[in-house]
Amino acid sequence: MARRSLPLLKHLLSRRIPARSVTYMHRPGDGSPRPVTLIPGDGIGPMVTGAVEQVMEAMHAPVYFEKFEVHGNMKAVPPEVLDSIRKNKVCLKGGLVTPMGGGVSSLNVQLRKELDLYASLVNCFNLPGLPTRHDNVDIVVIRENTEGEYSGLEHEVVPGVVESLKVITKFCSERIAKYAFEYAYLNNRKKVTAVHKANIMKLADGLFLESCREVATKYPGIKYNEIIVDNCCMQLVSKPEQFDVMVTPNLYGNLVANTAAGIAGGTGVMPGGNVGAEHAVFEQGASAGNVGSDKIREQKKANPVALLLSSAMMLRHLQFPAFADRLETAVEKVILEGKCRTKDLGGTSTTQEVVDAVIDALD
Amino acid sequence: MATTRSAPLLKHLLTRLNPSRSVTYMPRPGDGTPRGVTLIPGDGIGPLVTGAVEQVMEAMHAPLYFEKYEVHGDMKAVPAEVLESIRKNKVCLKGGLATPMGGGVNSLNVQLRKELDLYASLVNCFNLPGLPTRHDNVDIVVIRENTEGEYSGLEHEVVPGVVESLKVITKFCSERIAKYAFEYAYLNNRKKVTAVHKANIMKLADGLFLESCREVATRYPGIKYNEIIVDNCCMQLVSKPEQFDVMVTPNLYGNLVANTAAGIAGGTGVMPGGNVGADHAVFEQGASAGNVGNDKVVEQQKANPVALLLSSAMMLRHLQFPAFADRLETAVKKVILEGKYRTKDLGGTSTTQEVVDAVIDALD
Repeated sequence: MARRSLPLLKHLLSRRIPARSVTYMHRPGDGSPRPVTLIPGDGIGPMVTGAVEQVMEAMHAPVYFEKFEVHGNMKAVPPEVLDSIRKNKVCLKGGLVTPMGGGVSSLNVQLRKELDLYASLVNCFNLPGLPTRHDNVDIVVIRENTEGEYSGLEHEVVPGVVESLKVITKFCSERIAKYAFEYAYLNNRKKVTAVHKANIMKLADGLFLESCREVATKYPGIKYNEIIVDNCCMQLVSKPEQFDVMVTPNLYGNLVANTAAGIAGGTGVMPGGNVGAEHAVFEQGASAGNVGSDKIREQKKANPVALLLSSAMMLRHLQFPAFADRLETAVEKVILEGKCRTKDLGGTSTTQEVVDAVIDALD
Repeated sequence: MATTRSAPLLKHLLTRLNPSRSVTYMPRPGDGTPRGVTLIPGDGIGPLVTGAVEQVMEAMHAPLYFEKYEVHGDMKAVPAEVLESIRKNKVCLKGGLATPMGGGVNSLNVQLRKELDLYASLVNCFNLPGLPTRHDNVDIVVIRENTEGEYSGLEHEVVPGVVESLKVITKFCSERIAKYAFEYAYLNNRKKVTAVHKANIMKLADGLFLESCREVATRYPGIKYNEIIVDNCCMQLVSKPEQFDVMVTPNLYGNLVANTAAGIAGGTGVMPGGNVGADHAVFEQGASAGNVGNDKVVEQQKANPVALLLSSAMMLRHLQFPAFADRLETAVKKVILEGKYRTKDLGGTSTTQEVVDAVIDALD
């Protein structure tokens, strides 16, 4: 009887090393090094992007970086940076500060519009070994990135009266819905939930929902449902395991992603990216804390895990799956072992200590 | 202590059993558009095993559709419309094509490889969990040059009773297959490449092959390189196979080495493989021995579909549908591990259809 369990145990153990696929076969030339635009950004940005640079070098990954100084307090993203991203088609960035006050637009938003990065994706999941109040969280939040409340259209009608235009279009709603269902289909997800406030904004969010429903009919193998955003926030913190893929207009996506990231283990470990028809920009998934605080920067204790996992996402995007697997596995090993963790995960390590541990864990 | 401490590890191990929901996957818009694949069922058990693939793809709702063509090994040539289809789709799945004996008839398998310049053949020989074999820890990838060497097709009768067969080795082809092998090792986290040769006898031909391998090896300092004479290689394969990782070979040795490695790892019926060039890829059972099967297996419909199912997973990865590849691969491994449904070559009694049904049930 015990003998019967031996093959299963061996099977389980052999799964620990997934980075040597037995059904992988590349095209000739696939190993040529690819250029990636790198924007270290503000605050802890250079620290965590530096972590990625070190790990990529340790793996001898087939990527090289074109690094540019960009800061959130600049008037605009410099043209040479945009040209680099347009050429490379892929970018990795740290956080950019979004200043408060009038007259200054967010450079994050500008980047998304310039490159039409209409889909933002954040994966919120429990990392094995990381204690949280919720188990079995594995939620992908797909957010429309170019319109909605972020249209940037605001004006003062008369002194003391401001109007802010929320723009929802059929075109953008349809393409984000397509992306969400396509993601679910391609990555073996079973359900897509549309988040809305159509009970109040009947026309705008109603148009969004209409688009989602239309696309849903083309994917009969994937369940579809809808949830009002306030109920969604409550359900997220009580029964998060009910969600699989969520598709949202712009603002709700920002809120939902940060909430989901928080319950799954913290924004410091969740990967994410922004993608359009031609370009992709990878960064920490949830925006809260992506620039960090002065104290963290001074002590050099920023959590590099989110951006390391986003880099794994980038490696998959560039079709280097074995490097992505190695990186992901190494990060998971370090978290599971628990010796090197930054403060947000209950540890005391510096960024460099976590990086060194990840490099040691590479197989 | 032991119980509490091991809980996270156990949970971690269990979650790894479902690898097909990657947390770092992000497609490009439009990546889910269905792709056309040329399908050649071929001879003997070919239609049985390709039919298995069709069923599983449909059960998974995989984003591809097949353009099916009748091609048989006894035809004079691969029909023009089939070549056109492969050139358009850039990817093909095929069952075995019988290669007739006797003069005047060329192998259609070889013709296909030359027409499409499919210069690299790859076979993955590995132990499937749960399949008893005499050797554990076998995980060998054989990368074989596919367009020259002894398969140049250049033979002539000098005078009655005297035939010359030309083995052609070129710098160009040797270099590109070596590049492919090292690139594969680099991209798929392999640590060593072994070049198989008989340069002690064929000093110029195999010597040129080795020279090319050595040159390419210098560009990959992170990957170990060594060389082995093919006869010693065959002996080492059956005594200490775990020493090999990626093997790169000229044409004929690759054929022999791949079949030997497949045999020791669990049988040719379960090893995936494919052929690739700069523009096209053709996926088929990895090791050629038994790829057409015999009349008895065809009549009883007991062909092993595992090799071609895994080759299809390879194809799905090639087409950048990793979650579908993972699902398929995981399902196949589950069925083999469980052991209830196995064809005769794996010690079971199941029909092809029974194995297919089990795989479909095992899909998550």
